[in-house]
Amino acid sequence: MTEKKSLGRAFRLAFPKTIPVLTGFFVLGVAYGLLMSSHGYGPFWSLLFGATAFCGSMQFVAVTFLTGIFQPFQVFLMTLMVNARHLFYGLSMLQKYKGSGKFKFFLIFLMCDETFAINSSVEVPEGVDSKDFYFAVSVYDYCYWLISSFLGGVIGNFFTINTTGLDFALTALFVVLFIEQLKTRRNAVSGVIGIGAAALALLVFGADSFVIPAMVVILLVLLVCSRPIESLDAAKTEKGN
Amino acid sequence: MRLDTFQTLGILACVVAGTMLTRFLPFLLFPESKKTPKLVSYLSTTIPAAMMGLLVVYCLKGVSVASWPHGLPELIAIAATAGLHLWRKNVLLSIGVGTVLYMVLVQLVFV
Repeated sequence: MTEKKSLGRAFRLAFPKTIPVLTGFFVLGVAYGLLMSSHGYGPFWSLLFGATAFCGSMQFVAVTFLTGIFQPFQVFLMTLMVNARHLFYGLSMLQKYKGSGKFKFFLIFLMCDETFAINSSVEVPEGVDSKDFYFAVSVYDYCYWLISSFLGGVIGNFFTINTTGLDFALTALFVVLFIEQLKTRRNAVSGVIGIGAAALALLVFGADSFVIPAMVVILLVLLVCSRPIESLDAAKTEKGN
Repeated sequence: MRLDTFQTLGILACVVAGTMLTRFLPFLLFPESKKTPKLVSYLSTTIPAAMMGLLVVYCLKGVSVASWPHGLPELIAIAATAGLHLWRKNVLLSIGVGTVLYMVLVQLVFV
């Protein structure tokens, strides 16, 4: 199979995997475009922010810095905090993105929660180069976000369908991918640690500042328990439960 | 009042710089040419499952258990999504049904 054909096939087969992201990003992207418009930033500004930073939740936070006083340093620190989870994603994808050559820059540049969630869990279909597949998923998710936020800026005001609750698609996506992750004993333990640490941090630190403490707890528990966890089977259990 | 164009671009530059630092740092610290330390490979295999758990909790952070409807729509929709997924193992079906159910719950049932 030629390189080009493999890439085309990757884009064809990756599309269904990204449909949940399409629904979720559509809602959130339109909401973002609308929010930007309401602050005096038209669709091209939404597009510019999405195209260069591509960091959904932080883009929403950044809107609060676009009015009032000019605070570049604060916004930089806030970005580091909100996006610190990318460090985890990077560490997790070191192996999978290894040897991706010309795609590598884009795979790293386009890393977001949803792309990470899919690329770290998905079984790449047979006959497709895994790097092509990861690239296709990344590009789809990026396009969904850009088109949606642009649309939000343009036609958002005419949107009359009641979409309340549609953003649950992203929650459902993470729930499903969480279940998919539990197929090995080692991951099941790690998944429980993740839920436990996040729930604990949420109770202690509250909704606005629990992510960083939760990640610290996850890291500590994984490191302290590295021996027992490493001794667990990393291969799939027979039943695949 | 929104910032002027120059200041807006300044804010954008800071957001991009901060975001890209978090995205590229792991790959700069552990380049392909060097052997990845064992501890780092261990973390890279165990972190995804934990992070997925964190992301689920993150999506639910705004849910108030203390006040009506006590997180019931989320609980019901997640149970349906998870149950359906364990049963049929069809990603789109699980997410589709879960999402539509949630929309019905928040728009029509728990209003």
